[in-house]
Amino acid sequence: MASLARVRLLGRRLPLGARGVQTTADTTQLHQAPSDASEPFTLKLHEDSFQTYNCPKPDLEVQVTKSELLEMYQQMTTMRRMEMAADALYKAKMIRGFCHLAIGQEAVSVGMEHGIDKNDRVITGYRCHPFAVLRGGSIKGVIAELLGRKGGMSQGKGGSMHIFTPSFFGGNGIVGAQVPVGAGAAFAQQYKGEKNCTFAMYGDGASNQGQVFEAYNMAKLWNLPTIFVCENNKYGMGTPAERSSSNTAYFTRGDKIPGLQVNGMDIIAAKQAVAYARKWAVDDQNGPLVLEFVTYRYGGHSMSDPGTTYRTREEVQRMRSTQDPIRGLQRYLEEWGVATEQELKAIDKEAKATVDQAVAEAKESPEPPLEDLWKDVYFKGTEPQFLRGREREEGKRFY
Amino acid sequence: MVSRLLLSRFAPALASARRPAAAVPRHAFMGIRRYATADTEQHTMTVREALNLAMEEEMTRDENVFIIGEEVARYNGAYKVTKGLMDKFGEKRVVDTPITEMGFAGIAVGAAFQGLRPICEFMTFNFAMQAIDQIVNSAGKTYYMSGGNVPCPVVFRGPNGAASGVGAQHSQDYAAWYGSVPGLKVVSPWSAEDCKGLLKAAIRDPNPVVFLENEMLYGGHVVGLLASYWQGQVEKEGSDITIVAHSKMVTHSMEAAEELAKEGIKAEVINLRSIRPLDIDTIIKSVKKTNRLMIVEGGFPISSRARQFDYLDAPVERVTGADVPTPYATNLEALAFPDTPLITKVAKRALYRTN
Repeated sequence: MASLARVRLLGRRLPLGARGVQTTADTTQLHQAPSDASEPFTLKLHEDSFQTYNCPKPDLEVQVTKSELLEMYQQMTTMRRMEMAADALYKAKMIRGFCHLAIGQEAVSVGMEHGIDKNDRVITGYRCHPFAVLRGGSIKGVIAELLGRKGGMSQGKGGSMHIFTPSFFGGNGIVGAQVPVGAGAAFAQQYKGEKNCTFAMYGDGASNQGQVFEAYNMAKLWNLPTIFVCENNKYGMGTPAERSSSNTAYFTRGDKIPGLQVNGMDIIAAKQAVAYARKWAVDDQNGPLVLEFVTYRYGGHSMSDPGTTYRTREEVQRMRSTQDPIRGLQRYLEEWGVATEQELKAIDKEAKATVDQAVAEAKESPEPPLEDLWKDVYFKGTEPQFLRGREREEGKRFY
Repeated sequence: MVSRLLLSRFAPALASARRPAAAVPRHAFMGIRRYATADTEQHTMTVREALNLAMEEEMTRDENVFIIGEEVARYNGAYKVTKGLMDKFGEKRVVDTPITEMGFAGIAVGAAFQGLRPICEFMTFNFAMQAIDQIVNSAGKTYYMSGGNVPCPVVFRGPNGAASGVGAQHSQDYAAWYGSVPGLKVVSPWSAEDCKGLLKAAIRDPNPVVFLENEMLYGGHVVGLLASYWQGQVEKEGSDITIVAHSKMVTHSMEAAEELAKEGIKAEVINLRSIRPLDIDTIIKSVKKTNRLMIVEGGFPISSRARQFDYLDAPVERVTGADVPTPYATNLEALAFPDTPLITKVAKRALYRTN
């Protein structure tokens, strides 16, 4: 059973005089026992779930329903299974190139999905697979894309880092570039008078990019409904946050933009933070906000990184056993009588079956036809007369 | 996709209306608009006015079109290309930005992903290098990488290439850089006709378009022929040599053609208009006729778009910017870019003449 002790992570430097958020996944208290599945009941988050910078603290009391909690559990478990399947497929050399897995960070993506509207927009960097599924994609579509098949969400043309849905703008390969693009999506939402916001996400590694600050400035200047979300998993590839950032309190780096640091391992806190941010930007029209989720990835930066040359195995093990978001939620569900251990095991089993089925279907999908090389270079119907191939006898004539 | 654009305020200028610009220095072009006479459609406008009108018309037609860039609104444009548009459309649609190219180019891309139609102005394309990742990677490649799911209907426009006396960091021609990226469309208009028609088409185009203007052409009543959207245009017919150029180099090539005509040489001048896609058919058709080809551009030599053709009597003559960063001193700057006497001389050389 996970302990209730607050675990300070190695080397984590906190701003002078401030306590950082604690990151155990199971410190939320029940206030009112749930009865049936859809009746809301109240939880109370640990007081160290949030740290604020020039904004009021979110309400520690959260309303949830049993069915919502079960859905969260099911989604987190399924997303983890999907990432683990991708891990296995990569090691079997069926996935090539880049593959960045989000194992350990599930509370952020699933928590976000429960705190926002389906017409809000999300954009992130390359650790994007769970977002692609949760924002209207499919597991089969993601796996098929990783396998480079026609049935992939990008028809096999993008790969791991370039998967999109109408409310999710990827999946982006250039570190930091997605942040101004996210501010641009928010610009359009404001321009069109939509009651929505955009979550522009990036990691601790990307947080020092100049264009991030350019986006902060314009978002604040024009009051854009942009939530800048830093997924601080403590490491930018192989570089710990302290070695890359002179100021690791990422939630304070918006300068005039207020910020909120959140325990990213507790899904209830994550959901509450996202709902708070959305209300801030959309309902209260306060302009941008910086959210920092303190989270952790068990795997390396990508499949080419074992993840143990710049941190100890003990640290990874400790995080897995004491701060895991899924185990934390499991503890809540069992303690509060929302589900029994058997029911949760059944959900686990179903998650595995769902993912296995999706992988099997993805494997059935063929490689894209050779013709697809020339497809979608330009918008359908606006192709040029001719696209040259590698030598003068190769090429595609459109008209 | 190949459609005739109606330019309501122009007539396709015929040979007699074309200004012999050789003896007239740039500053003499005053940007005076002449109005239609009773009997013909004989009136012209400057390149600057044509660009302004194109944007005004498209912004009137489609409320999703907006302009974003430095000094575009209250300053009326660093080169006055967006003059009057903020007064007409308001600051929601003509947006002044801080000096943060990478940031606002990214914002333009994100807005385009969301269905708006941004016209992102760079004060010059030299500064667009700060944003080149957003142009090439975010705008240019996303449609392909998303399997056709995410179009990016953005226009990046601004002055490109040589100005006058602005030194190396402010004079580079980026046509070949952007022209090498599949996924982008790249246009380099010359005449006022080109500017109005191509800018309107670029704004309506669902692809990301890099629209390369030239500051030295803004004030000119540059009159050319109407052409279909992405095609090159033969601005002057000839039979002895084909001169292919784009943007300001078309002005010099036309002047050179006048010079050559005095000696009985009939040069055919092709205004490329579109760098990507490149209208190779028009060039080939011309070279089949003349058997001699010259290519004139302001970019550095290694990147210039020279092609080998099979129908030539003489090797391809490439006339480009010199392979040096642009110097400041006037006499040196004159040696950095092609001009009319140079083009005339090289054309003759292609014809094996030494005089």
